[in-house]
Amino acid sequence: MTEVLGAGVPDAPTGGWRTASVAGVRRPLQRMVELRLDVHDRVDHLPGQHYVVRLTAEDGYTAQRSYSVASAPGDPLVELCVERLADGEVSTYLADVVEPGDELEVRGPIGGWFVWDGETPALLLAGGYGVVPFVAMLRHARAIGRPDLLRIAVSSRTMAELPYAGELREAGALIVLTREANGIRPAGRLTAGELIPLWEPGQKAFVCGGTSFAESASRILVDLGFPANGIRVERFGPSGVPA
Amino acid sequence: MPGPTRGFLGRRREANPRLPPGQYDVGSGWPVLTAEPTPRIVPETWSLTVDGKVESPTTWTWDEAHRLPFSEYLGDIHCVTTWSKFDTRFGGVSVDTLLEAARPTPDAHFVMATSKTGYTTNLPLEDVTGGKAWIVWEFDGKPLPIEHGGPVRLLVPHLYFWKSAKWISRLSLMTRDQPGFWEQNGYHDRGDPWRQQRYQGD
Repeated sequence: MTEVLGAGVPDAPTGGWRTASVAGVRRPLQRMVELRLDVHDRVDHLPGQHYVVRLTAEDGYTAQRSYSVASAPGDPLVELCVERLADGEVSTYLADVVEPGDELEVRGPIGGWFVWDGETPALLLAGGYGVVPFVAMLRHARAIGRPDLLRIAVSSRTMAELPYAGELREAGALIVLTREANGIRPAGRLTAGELIPLWEPGQKAFVCGGTSFAESASRILVDLGFPANGIRVERFGPSGVPA
Repeated sequence: MPGPTRGFLGRRREANPRLPPGQYDVGSGWPVLTAEPTPRIVPETWSLTVDGKVESPTTWTWDEAHRLPFSEYLGDIHCVTTWSKFDTRFGGVSVDTLLEAARPTPDAHFVMATSKTGYTTNLPLEDVTGGKAWIVWEFDGKPLPIEHGGPVRLLVPHLYFWKSAKWISRLSLMTRDQPGFWEQNGYHDRGDPWRQQRYQGD
């Protein structure tokens, strides 16, 4: 009998719609925008949770998208990291138009499954912008003095496209590049052999990225013998693979 | 209602009465969204059980399910992550056909759908009866791809798609409602796209 998937973190905090003032905007990479938000009457999040941003046009038309939080719960501001998609309706607005002082309608935190409890050893596997929730986990781990609980592997096409690359490198993350060499490691996808040294007893695994990364990374874990019910997956992407 | 967002024009668009509020047309794409690894399920080992508050708990194998009257859904699907996909075509069997065999007892009012991986989602019985829900193994006349829930998934197209449990293996009828997986993790209990029932409290 398969074990039923249950609540991730019981009673994970959930916040309703709020107004956020944009306190800071940075564009450290060509396609990356980092928004620092002052969320009025904010409900504190757990690392791994996300926010929804809702935009309203003059004629009342609205568009909303979810973005993972990159800041630790202890940060006075909520940091969202957004990848600018070429055909993105919300991401292009956030990347190209938003300025400090703007107000945005946001809702969060949301989600009780893809959440790190701050106590369980965790193996974090990210593809590209899938690193964002892990940055929140890493920052939280540092804040509570337990960075030893996290093992991180990230995959990116190139170093220049990897959000938070410096912070991840400082944390000792395994950085796998698929389009260029990284030191003595040749370009190539994440392999099972590279994950074995990151394995620790009692770990949960979190996998976050686009569909093909999430699919291959979670398959590697299952093939290595990692229990499927200990793997949490979060996928994103403009529209995945065409049917 | 808050005012407009400075400088946001929105995509050039035509009002489409088939698009629920807050959704966009994903076109020919079909995003894959799951909270767990994709399992490997071969049709020969798949089965579906209808049990709980029924007079005749029944299990169908792959071959047995395929001998039931074939039923198709032609229409739209909607995901809580704001994409909608128009004119999909799924094939399988109507949930009505399964319930006819299992015969719900008069105190059956809700259903818990459970997948082979342990994923669960809850539904009022009336949301899966009366030609509103299917167990499907075909998409566009071809086998349903595993990342989209193949070999067999539940299809409840009038609700957000997390209710259409992938890799379905069990429908348990219940007297009282119980939250399923996403419903315990911050999402709405029913998930009607036309009422934007996305999260708890909507």
